[in-house]
Amino acid sequence: MTDPLGWLDILSRLFIQLWPVWAGLIVMFTVSITYKRRLGLYGKLFDSVVGMIGFALVMFWVFAALFADMIITHDPLAQFSGMRNAAPGTPLRDPAGGYEFFLLGGDALARDVFSRMVMGAREVLRIAPFAAMISFMIGISLGLPAGYIGGKLDTGLTFVANLVLAFPVILLFFLLVAPEIQNTAIPRVMAGILFLMPVLFFTVLLNARFFTQPMKRNLYVGAVLVVGLWAYTGLAFNADPLGVWGMSPNLLNVFVAVVFVNAPTVFRIVRGITMDIKTRDYVAAAQTRGEGPWYIMLWEILPNARGPLIVDFCLRIGYTTILLGTLGFFGLGVAPESPDWGSTINQGRRLLTVYPHAALAPALALMSLVLGLNLLADGLREESLKD
Amino acid sequence: MVSFLLRRIGVMLVTALCLTFIVFYLTNLPAKLDTLAKTQAGSRISDAEVASWLERNGYNRPMLLRYGEWLGVAPGWTREDPDGSTTGRCHRLAGVTDPAAAPTHCGLFQGYWGNSTRFRAPVSDVIGARLGATGLLMMWVLIVMVPMALIVGVLAGMREGSRTDRTLSTFAIASTATPEYVSGVVFIALLASSTIGLSPLLVSWGWIDGPVLFQGNARSALEKITFWNFALPVMTIALYGMGYIARITRASMTEVMTQQYIRTARLKGVSFANIVLRHALRNALIAPFTVIMLQIPWLLNGVVIVEVLFSYPGFGWTLFEAAANNDIELLLAASVVAVLVVLVTQLISDIGYVWLNPRIRIS
Repeated sequence: MTDPLGWLDILSRLFIQLWPVWAGLIVMFTVSITYKRRLGLYGKLFDSVVGMIGFALVMFWVFAALFADMIITHDPLAQFSGMRNAAPGTPLRDPAGGYEFFLLGGDALARDVFSRMVMGAREVLRIAPFAAMISFMIGISLGLPAGYIGGKLDTGLTFVANLVLAFPVILLFFLLVAPEIQNTAIPRVMAGILFLMPVLFFTVLLNARFFTQPMKRNLYVGAVLVVGLWAYTGLAFNADPLGVWGMSPNLLNVFVAVVFVNAPTVFRIVRGITMDIKTRDYVAAAQTRGEGPWYIMLWEILPNARGPLIVDFCLRIGYTTILLGTLGFFGLGVAPESPDWGSTINQGRRLLTVYPHAALAPALALMSLVLGLNLLADGLREESLKD
Repeated sequence: MVSFLLRRIGVMLVTALCLTFIVFYLTNLPAKLDTLAKTQAGSRISDAEVASWLERNGYNRPMLLRYGEWLGVAPGWTREDPDGSTTGRCHRLAGVTDPAAAPTHCGLFQGYWGNSTRFRAPVSDVIGARLGATGLLMMWVLIVMVPMALIVGVLAGMREGSRTDRTLSTFAIASTATPEYVSGVVFIALLASSTIGLSPLLVSWGWIDGPVLFQGNARSALEKITFWNFALPVMTIALYGMGYIARITRASMTEVMTQQYIRTARLKGVSFANIVLRHALRNALIAPFTVIMLQIPWLLNGVVIVEVLFSYPGFGWTLFEAAANNDIELLLAASVVAVLVVLVTQLISDIGYVWLNPRIRIS
C-alpha cells in the first residue's frame, strides 16, 4: 500500500494529468498572438490582459471537456471499495493496473471527484452555449421586428416578454422542470415553438439577401431547410428518421426551461438596440433604395448591433451555466448519476462540514468557468469600444 | 403622472392575472392531481379510486372554473351526498358544520388560501410565519449589500481607468460570477467546518471558544439572530447581488464624471472630494436605485438556494418544500406572493425612476 500524496504531489500530478489542456492552450495562444492583427475583434482580444485571462479560463474548460476521455483517471460513474469520502491524494486499495490515486478524493458514493469534475465540464459545455445560442436567435428574430416595426406588434411582444420576466426564475424551474411535466405535451410543444425559430431565422436571413438571385437563393434556403428541419424533427419531437439528432426528455425539459428564461432578456436588449439604430442614416439610405424590411433588419441593423450582442452572448453563456447549476443543485431534471457540477454540489453539501472536497471541486470549477466568461465579455467590451 | 400610474397599475393587474393562471395551470395538471390523490388517499389506490377521489374533492371540473373558484370570483362547488348531507369547497375551508352558514365564494379574495398538505396547517399561517423569517434575512442582506455595492461602484467610477477602478471592477465581476451555491459552499468549507478551513486553526491558537468560527446551519436564527449563525447566509446572498449593483453604479458614476458641470466645478477649484460627494453622487445614484429595486425579486433565487443550503426555514425553503412535496395549495400561495413581490417592486422602481429624474418627470 502506497502512502497518501501531499499537496505538492497532488498539484503536480494534476498538472501532468491535464497535459492535453496545456498543449491546446499553448497552441491556441501562440497561433492567435502571432496572427492577432489579421483576426479582427478576436485578435484585438489579445491586447487586453483581462480579456486574455478570461479567454484562457474559458478555453481551459473547453479543452478539458474536449479531451475529457484522456484526462480522467477513473470512470466517473464507477465506485471503488474503501474510497468513500476519501481525502484528496488517497491511494486506491486495489488499483488493478489503473491510476493509483484519487487525486481530489472520493465522494459519498466512493467515486473519483476529479474525473467527475472533468466530465461535468463536458455536461455543462454541451448545453450552455447551445442554449444561449437558441435564446439569442429567438431574441433576435422577435426583437428586430418589435423594435423596427413597433406599434401593436411591439406592444404585444413586450407584454409577453415582461410576463416571462416577472416570473421568479426559481419558481419557473420548480413548475416547469418536474417529472410530471415531462410526461405531458408541454415541453414538446414549447420545444416545437422555440426550436422552429432558428430555422425561420436562417431562412429569412438568406432569403432577404439572395431573393434577387433565385438560383443561389434556392440552393442556400433549400440547404438550410433540409438540415434545419431534419435537426428540428429530431430535437423537438425525437422523430429523426436517421437517429442523429435527439434529446432525452430530461435534457429537453432542462433545455426548454433555460431557453425560455433567457430569450426575453435577449429580446429586450435587441429591441432597444434596434430602436436606436433604426434612426441612423444608413438605414434611411437602405429604405430609400427600396430594400425590404427584413433585409434592413437582418443585413443593415443586425451587423451594426453585433458589438453589444457578442458581449452579452458571453455573459449569457455564463448565466446559463449558473442556471444549469441551480437546476442541478435542486436535483431538477438531471439524470441521477449525472456528473454535472450542480448536482455534484448538491450531493456533496450534505457532508459539507466534514468532507468538503466533494462539493468544493465542482463549485470552484463552475466559478472559474463563469468568471472566465465574464472577464472575456469585459475584455471584448473594452476592445470593441476602442473602434 | 396620475394617468401613468393608473396605466402601470392596470398592466400590473393584467400581468398578475396571467401569471397566476399559468401557475394554477401548471400546478393543477392531471398528473400532479393524480399524485395528490395518491398521497392523500393512499399510494396503492387504483385508477378508478383516484378518479372518484378527484371527483369527490371537486378536482374534476374545468380548469377555468376551478381557477375562478380559487380566486374567489366563481362560487365554490357543493355536492349532496347520498346520505343527505351537503359538502362543498367553502364548507370545508370555512370549517363550519352547518352548510347553510358557509359562504358561497371562498377564494384568494375572501382570504381562503387552502390547507397545506406538507405542513398540515392553513396555508396563510405557514406563509405568514415564513415570510417574517425571510423578511429578516432580506433586511440584513439589503443592509449589507446596498452600501457596500454603492461604495465599491462610486470608488471605482470616480476615476475611470485608475488602479482602484481596475481592482474594484474585477472584484465586482468575480462576485457576479459566484452564484450562491458556490459561495455558500466555499464559505461553509472555509469558515464553518470543524475539520478544515480557518476554524481548526483558530481553535488551536485559542482565539475562539466554540468549535467553529461561524455556524453552517442557520436554523437557530429563528429564535435569536446572532452574528454567529446569520453572517454566512447574509454574506452569501449579498455577495452575488452586490457585483451587479456595483457595476451599474460604476457605469453611472463614470458617465456623470464626464459631464460639463463636473468640469466647471473642477475649474472653479472645488476639491475632488466635494465634487464627488456634492455634485456627482446625487445624479449618479438614480440608475442604481431602479436596479436595487429590480434586484429584490432577483434575490428570491438566492433566498431559496441559501435557505435550503443553510436549512433556514423561511419563505424560500417553504417554496422548495412545497414544490418537492407536490403541495399544490401552498405552492400556489407562495407563487402569488412571489409574483406580487416582483410586480410591486417593478412598480416602485418605475415610479421612483420618474420621480427622481426631473427630465422625465416634467415632460
